[in-house]
Amino acid sequence: MDLFEYQGKQYFARYDIPVSPGGAADSVDEAVKVADRSGYPVVVKAQVQVGGRGKAGGIKLANNAEEARFHANNILGMDIKGHVVKRLWVEHASDIAEEYYASFTLDRAAKKHLLMLSAQGGVDIEEVAEKDPDAIVKLHIDPVDGLSAAVARTAAVDAKIPEKALDGVASILVQLYRCFTEGDCDLAEINPLILKPTGEVHALDAKVSLDNNASFRHPEWEEYRATEELDAREQLARTHDLQYIGLDGTVGIIANGAGLAMSTLDVVNQVGGKAANFLDIGGGANADVMAAALEVINFDQNVSSIFINIFGGITRGEEVAKGIVEALGRVDLRAPIVIRLDGTNAEQGREILKNAGIPESKLVSKPTMLEAARAAVALSNGK
Amino acid sequence: MAIFVNQNTKVIVQGLTGGQGKYHGLRNKAYGTQVVGGVTPGKGGTDVEGIPVFDTVAEAVAATGADASFIAVPPKAASAAILEAAAAGIRFVVCITEGIPAQDEAKVYNTLVRDYPNTRLLGPNCPGIISPGKCNIGITAGEIAELPKAGKKNVGIVSRSGTLTYQALYELKQRGIGVSTCVGIGGDPVPGTNFIDCLREFQADPETDAIIMIGEIGGSAEEEAAEFIKANVTKPMSAYIAGVTAPAGKKMGHAGAIVSGGKGTAQGKMDALRAAGVKVGQNPTEAGDLMAEIIKSIS
Repeated sequence: MDLFEYQGKQYFARYDIPVSPGGAADSVDEAVKVADRSGYPVVVKAQVQVGGRGKAGGIKLANNAEEARFHANNILGMDIKGHVVKRLWVEHASDIAEEYYASFTLDRAAKKHLLMLSAQGGVDIEEVAEKDPDAIVKLHIDPVDGLSAAVARTAAVDAKIPEKALDGVASILVQLYRCFTEGDCDLAEINPLILKPTGEVHALDAKVSLDNNASFRHPEWEEYRATEELDAREQLARTHDLQYIGLDGTVGIIANGAGLAMSTLDVVNQVGGKAANFLDIGGGANADVMAAALEVINFDQNVSSIFINIFGGITRGEEVAKGIVEALGRVDLRAPIVIRLDGTNAEQGREILKNAGIPESKLVSKPTMLEAARAAVALSNGK
Repeated sequence: MAIFVNQNTKVIVQGLTGGQGKYHGLRNKAYGTQVVGGVTPGKGGTDVEGIPVFDTVAEAVAATGADASFIAVPPKAASAAILEAAAAGIRFVVCITEGIPAQDEAKVYNTLVRDYPNTRLLGPNCPGIISPGKCNIGITAGEIAELPKAGKKNVGIVSRSGTLTYQALYELKQRGIGVSTCVGIGGDPVPGTNFIDCLREFQADPETDAIIMIGEIGGSAEEEAAEFIKANVTKPMSAYIAGVTAPAGKKMGHAGAIVSGGKGTAQGKMDALRAAGVKVGQNPTEAGDLMAEIIKSIS
């Protein structure tokens, strides 16, 4: 789960990482109040999860309440690359002497944590990596050992962080690492990490991505869930606890297993169609799950055919078939279904579907994944 | 022969008294696997359909001589369960648990490497391993795995995805091609056993004549495997990579299946494997067809 900047900063603050005094605001009046409280000049920042906010006019400096009001009014409701600004972050504007970059992620190849640190911050780090790779220090950290203050300081020296900022940067690195590990982040990034003329180091931006698998030990994440940028389909899927990702095609997809679901999207694409979604119903595939899945697919107005792709391993074909028949009785579908049922007891499953009295205009059964994909795409294209 | 597990492997089930552990543990036993015990703290001295239950893995190992463990416990308890098995001297640990936090997984992996180098972890979030006719640990339906045939060419399977593992088994069964061992390494970011570990074993296994590899988007495990194949694998291979059409930045069901920063794309992985001499199919069936051709050409 990706956090908005304001949430990232609030999360940082939990781990004692210094951020600018400020607050979130949903209205112009609120924004001015936060600005008054934070102390002018302030920066008014659009809260959207997309890059290039500044260039789009979503970040403005305000020297007084009047300017804060003007900018807040302009930025709220602004459309930045398809993301409508619903919330602002207003904070005291920092004087910047220097800008650095720091992040922690998991290096999957090395199976260790990775610190990336650079004295070149405030710019796109991927660009730095390309043009001047030596400007980024990459340090692997054994998760069993963790990151000590001494190692953090050495990394800062290696990254050519100037003497006057070394202690501040090293201390923030240790805190950011704590946030990354104890806070269960997939990514914890500060860009820029700034040095103020007064000598303090602090986080001017926050990019945090949380590991959903760890939500059981983070009750405080509940509030982040509420603001997650999901489309209406994804929200509905979440209420049913389904693994769903909305896409922009016309063939609704239901499959059991993440790999098979991914593969189903690919095969639909290969035969000239486009999937409307990714949906993995997992191993069970009983009538309740199937009905919920069909309901979510049916909600998507772009869907003009549905491809159910089930491979029975532990899941038995006849159980899946019964589930579908029962689900069809509960959900009134707009689009026809093409089903491919294979694996354990698939024969019996197909028999059940055949004898259920469902008209062929509503449900077609195909023996292979490829044939089913072709049929679903043809139906979707009105053939 | 087979890799990692065979008819002599003795298995305990950590979480045998729980829903998943009981269901799959008993299925594994019914398949013919030597399931010799279970572990559930506080339930030592009881039994599950005749399988004795112990309080700790150490006690179970002492009483049964088990050398493998099947872990089917919730995410909260999985890390401790893996380390307990390793500390008790278990050689091969299969963890099917889905949803373990990445931080825990990274810590467990590095602890195993450092303190328990003789323990191999398969998973987490994997379907398990089956050496058809000999041993089945995990959730694979044994009946879809074709037995290896003496005097014929047999295939090893290694896969990141559960259902696509079954699909691969099924594709081979449809064609009457025997399987030496099928390993599901799981879809998490830090798998205990990776493609290369399995490829090395398959290359050395006299019963395995060819290999099917099934990968998916995210990370660079397939690219690393391609490098390894180029240098070390002489047995013919076919492969399939899922997720060609997956949008960037979205986790496709598996925690590890994500294209980020333009890295980990299916196309990049397919290109790397092709360059290593692997025949790459556009879908699982095509990978099966390609394997059938391979078997024909080497028979």
